[in-house]
Parts: sequence; structure tokens; C-alpha cells
Amino acid sequence: MTIITPDRRSLLKGGATMLAAAATMSSEQLLGYAKAWAQDAQWKPEAGAKINLLRWKRFVEAEDVAFMKIVDAFQKATGVTINVSNESYDDIQPKASVAANTGQGLDMVWGLYTLPFLFPNKCTDMTDVADYLGKKCGGWSASGEAYGKFQGKWIGVPVAATGGLVNYRVAAAEKAGHKEFPKDLGGFADLIKGLNKNGTPAGFALGHASGDANGWLHWALWAHGGNLIDKDNKVVINSPETAKSLEYVKGLYENFVPGTASWNDSSNNKAFLAGQLYLTANGISIYVTAKKENPQIAEDMNHAHLPAGVDGKTRELHLGFPILVYNFTKYPQACKAFTAFMMEPAQFDPWVESALGYLSPFLLGFEKNPIWTADPKNTPYRNVAETAQTPAGIGKMDENVAAAIADFVVVDMFANYCTGREDVKTAMASAERSAKRIFR
Amino acid sequence: MTTLQTSAPAQAPTAYTPSLWARLKVNRNWMAVWFMLPAAAFLILFLAYPLGLGVWMSFTDERIGRTGVFVGLENYQWLWDDSIFWLSVFNTLLYTIVASAIKFVIGLYLALLLNRHMPFKAIIRSIVLIPFIVPTVLSAIAFWWIYDSQFSIISWSLIKMGLIDHNINFLGDANMARGSVIFANIWRGVPFVAITLLAGLQTVSPSLYEAATLDGATNWQRFRFITYPILTPIIAVVMTFSVLFTFTDFQLVWALTRGGPVNATHLMATLSYQRGIISGRLGEGAAIATAMIPFLAAAIAISWFGMQRRKWQQGSNND
Repeated sequence: MTIITPDRRSLLKGGATMLAAAATMSSEQLLGYAKAWAQDAQWKPEAGAKINLLRWKRFVEAEDVAFMKIVDAFQKATGVTINVSNESYDDIQPKASVAANTGQGLDMVWGLYTLPFLFPNKCTDMTDVADYLGKKCGGWSASGEAYGKFQGKWIGVPVAATGGLVNYRVAAAEKAGHKEFPKDLGGFADLIKGLNKNGTPAGFALGHASGDANGWLHWALWAHGGNLIDKDNKVVINSPETAKSLEYVKGLYENFVPGTASWNDSSNNKAFLAGQLYLTANGISIYVTAKKENPQIAEDMNHAHLPAGVDGKTRELHLGFPILVYNFTKYPQACKAFTAFMMEPAQFDPWVESALGYLSPFLLGFEKNPIWTADPKNTPYRNVAETAQTPAGIGKMDENVAAAIADFVVVDMFANYCTGREDVKTAMASAERSAKRIFR
Repeated sequence: MTTLQTSAPAQAPTAYTPSLWARLKVNRNWMAVWFMLPAAAFLILFLAYPLGLGVWMSFTDERIGRTGVFVGLENYQWLWDDSIFWLSVFNTLLYTIVASAIKFVIGLYLALLLNRHMPFKAIIRSIVLIPFIVPTVLSAIAFWWIYDSQFSIISWSLIKMGLIDHNINFLGDANMARGSVIFANIWRGVPFVAITLLAGLQTVSPSLYEAATLDGATNWQRFRFITYPILTPIIAVVMTFSVLFTFTDFQLVWALTRGGPVNATHLMATLSYQRGIISGRLGEGAAIATAMIPFLAAAIAISWFGMQRRKWQQGSNND
């Protein structure tokens, strides 16, 4: 059997066809492509480079397989060794922080949210990589820039985000009187109430769940015009708007399935898949699992963006996945080359497809990927970058914002009020104090 | 005979006066210093230095990836009027006192039971140790499932038996969550107390009991006037360790609740980790950790003081 490995020129010339063929590229073809790419790339990996890469542990198995295929092709084409280790959501940040503090152990981390902003002065300037990708892949969305840039420099490359969107059971929503998913706050509250009345309750995490709880509670705050900080990063959480959002969330909480104050990131997935929860906010992972293990639920569920705020605009906090390169790495060129390689359309498109909607792009060109329209239930996750805000809201991303979200300032405020531990004023005052401690 | 010179200098009025080095070479105290040095180096490197560094860090505004500058007591001032910090102090004390007291009572009771003659004694004694052997994180995950808000085995069984009609909110309600983590801690800590006290009971000479029985002592009197006084020093040691372990517990709470719901189960150790490592404020995290030291020192002081006193060791009338 002869394998025809096309030469570099013909590969690069056939860019358009490559894109289409990318999904079905065999590993030999991928290797050929990778070799050609490596010869032309502006980043030349250091000889004998060895990279230790830490990433979050996959929620969708095929995504991990596709990622390792990219790693493998890059290793073979460049001779760089990449050592990939996986950590769960909750453990990735402490590990990355310790590496940043001790200056050893890891070269790059593919983490969550605002990780690079926790230690911006330990991150390699990735502006060249981000500019290259922006030019090649349809430009960065505004949220992508906000997630990557610190004081004009890219300190991380926002690879993708997983949308924190509403997952709901269609039949239950219809029974509660909502054939169309509600687009405003009033309709949404009515739906939650109706679901509870029918014994098919909704539930959103109010515990220390870094992805789920932060996501929907920041939406609730922003939807009512509240903000943790203003555009100059001054603490403004103690406001009438925040009070309104607290009241609104309490109204929802009273109609939730019991126990949401203890939920972590996996609780709602389990409850939804077990048929005990009928509406929640989550990534597409519930749907992906349901398709495989519980087709009736997959059939009956759909996704939607959270309703627009009082000003008619939808602002959501999705779970961004930025990749960062430490500035103490011995192989910055190899790390940059890998980042660029992994996000080239030839790699990124099949990778996103394998993730079945779990990875929503910040690079606008990737919104054309057929995965978003092949199944209409995937489509809401395509536009995640458009509604995404950083945890800074209208403020600017920096170390303090990263600390505030890691410290669950906003989550605790809502949970304090909803569980009845504090009244509106005290809950806001405690949050204000916690925030001022951080933004001092 | 020169080797013994130093210990008997009066015998050396001869012309030969050994040099300082020669004297040092044979000085027993000097030798002892060298023998102790490896252990001392270990202690300094792995205990004193990190402790000192932690205390120093608490006076700086150090963050992850960036060295701090000295800020004096600023971190402590912020903590002083931080309601979450005081809540964590309260939680830690509650957790330690309740869990330790119950661990002691159950542990002592178990030890007395296990001290009796019964079939399969050795096997039963080893089984009792199991909760202590299982890695904390594993048992925490098991408890996490037991306490799950939707899939708890306890809720499920009770509902199936028709005793309750909805799931128990183990970790979602402040007081329930506190009770749940304390229960998990007790489950884990009892074997340590029980087995150590059992070891103490084994040293009590049976002849004492025989004599007491002949004198017509009741069960309670035998416990009160023989077992308890002899066991006191061991109780003091065991409870010191138990209190220290409980006070500094981290894994169990972190794996079960991450300090939630709404910080109701945040211990000083977990809060220190969250502030120091998760949100990157090393200085503040260090300040919380340093604030634990006085409590720990007090716990050690109490038991140390107790162990010094014969009254504690040998009964109330023997001062």
C-alpha cells in the first residue's frame, strides 16, 4: 500500500480544499500538513524543545482525542516533545498558580476564565500569535480581545469558550405555557415558576461552582444593570440595580429544585440527565452525553440564550478557555508555534467538530463551521462570543477581577440573600466589603 | 588517658595543655551538637523556615508570581473586620470542639468494648481502623455521594421506606452542612482515638481490677478509679493530636463543600487556601494561616500543662 504524502507547496496551495477535507484527514495527511506548516511558520521551535502543557480535563471524550491528534502531529513535524497533563476544573488554577510562583514545572497552561490575569507579569507576550490568528481566521470578537489583552498586549490566547446557556426540556416548558423560549426577564421568571408548579423544577448552581454559578449569577446582575465594578474598576456593587437583581434571583431560587446552594459544576449535569431537573444553565455537555446515553432526553431538550436584560441587551458570562505561555519557559518559540498550529483552521475545525459544540470560537471565521448548523440545537452555542463579557463586565480585566471571581464575591452575595442568611442590604454591603478588600 | 581530660580538668596540671581544637575533639557536648545537626537541619529547613516564611508573608502584600512589600498589619486589619473570616473562626472552633468531644466519647467507648475478650478480636480491631486508613479524599468523595442533594443513598432509602417525601438537603443548608461535615470528620477520626486508647487500656494490670472486684467495686467505680486515672496521660496525648488534626482539617471540607453553602463550612484552613492560592493573595492567605497559630499553641499548652501534673496523671488526690 502506498501512501501519497503531498508535498508542501501543493498542500498549502490547496488551502480551501484542505479546509473541507480537514475533518477527514488521516494522520499521515495531518503529519504532511504539519511538516509543511512548520517549514513556513514564523515561529521556529528551539532544538530539542520539551514542553510541559497542563490542560483542563475533557468533558467530551472525542475532543480530547482530537486534541491529542494535533499534539501528535505537531510533535512529529517539529521534533518538539509535548507532555500533556490533565487536571479537573477546580485543580487547574492552583497548579498553574504554583507553577507561576515557583517559576518551574510547566511551560504552558490551557486554563479557565481569567487565568492569565492572575499573574500577567508571568505570561509571555503572545501578541504576534494573536495577530497572526486574527488575520487568518476572520478576526477576533470583542470578547476574545477582552479575554486576551492586558494593557495592550495579549497575555493569553483565548482558544474557545464553553457557552453557559439555558438547557431545558421542551415538553416541560410547553406545559408551563412557553412554546417559545422567553426572551425577557419577566417571561423567564414566569417559566421557572410554571415549571416548579408542574413538578418539573429548574435549578441553577448557587454553590462554589466556578463555571456554572459564576455564569448565570453574573448574567442576573448585569441584566438588571448592576455591576461589581465601574469602567474605572471602582467597586459599585452596592446599588439599587444590584438590589433588584437580588430580588429577582431570590424569586427564581424559591422555585428551584432543593439543594442548589450546595451544587458544584457537575451537579446540574447529573440531575438533568437523571430526569430530575428540567431547566438549567450549562455548556453543551449535557446534550452531548444525553445523545449517547439517554436519547429520549436529548430528543426533548433544547438550548437558548439567557433572556435579555432590562436594557434589551444580552450579556452572559461564558467559561472562556485561554491558553498561556509562562515567561520563564526555555522554549517560547515552540510554545508559540504550537498555539498557532493548534488554532489553524486545518486543526481547529475538526477539533471543534469533535467537541460537538462544547468549544465555541472567539475567532469569528470559525463560526462558519458546519457543526453549528448541522444540528439546530447546537446553533445557540455558535454565538457565544457575541454575548460574552469578561468577569470585569464594563470594567477592565486585571489581577483584581481575576481574584474577585476566584473568590466568588458575586456568587456569595446572591447565595447569602437567597438562603436567607443576610438581607438585601447586608448581602450587598458584605459583597462591597469583600470587593473593596480585593480592589484596594 | 587524654581522652577523658575534659571531663576531669583537675587532673591535668602537667606540662601538656591540649589546644582548644583537641579539647573540642573529645568534648561530648560538642560531639552531641554534630549528631543533632542533621535532625536540626531537617527541622529548620522543613518546619521552622516555612513557618517563618509564612508569618513573614502575612505582613506583606505578596501575590502569586510577584514578591510583596512589607505592609505591616494591614492584612490583619482587613481580617479583623471581615465577617467571613470571623465566620471561619467560629466554624473552625465549632468543628473542632464538637467533633473532638464526640470522637473522644465514641473512641473511649469503642476502646472499652474492644478491650474485652471476644471471638475474632484481632480482625474486629483491624476493621475498626479502616476509616482511618482510607485516604481522606477518597472517603470525602464517598461522603459527597452520600450527601448529594439529588442522589443521596440516605434520602433514597428513607423515601423508599416512606419515611420522608423529599430529598434531604445535606450540604445546601448551613446547619445541615455543618453537621454533615462534622459527622464525616468523626467517622474518620474515631479509629485513631479508639485504637490509641485501646493500647493504653492494655497496659492496665488485670490485678488491679481483680483487687477492686474483691473489694466490691462496681463497674463504674472500676472505670472511675482505675481505668480513668491510668489512662489520663494517654487521653491527653490523643486528644491533643485529635484537636490539632481537626483544627487544621482541610481535605474533607474542601472536597465536600468547598466552604459552602455561603461560607457556612469554611474553616480557617480552607479560607486561607481559597484566598491565598485560588485568588492569588498569598499575603492574606498567610495571615489567615498565621491566625491559626495562637489557637493551636493554646491547645498544645493545655495538654502539655496537663501532662506535667501528677494530679492529671494519677488521680485527684495526688498533687
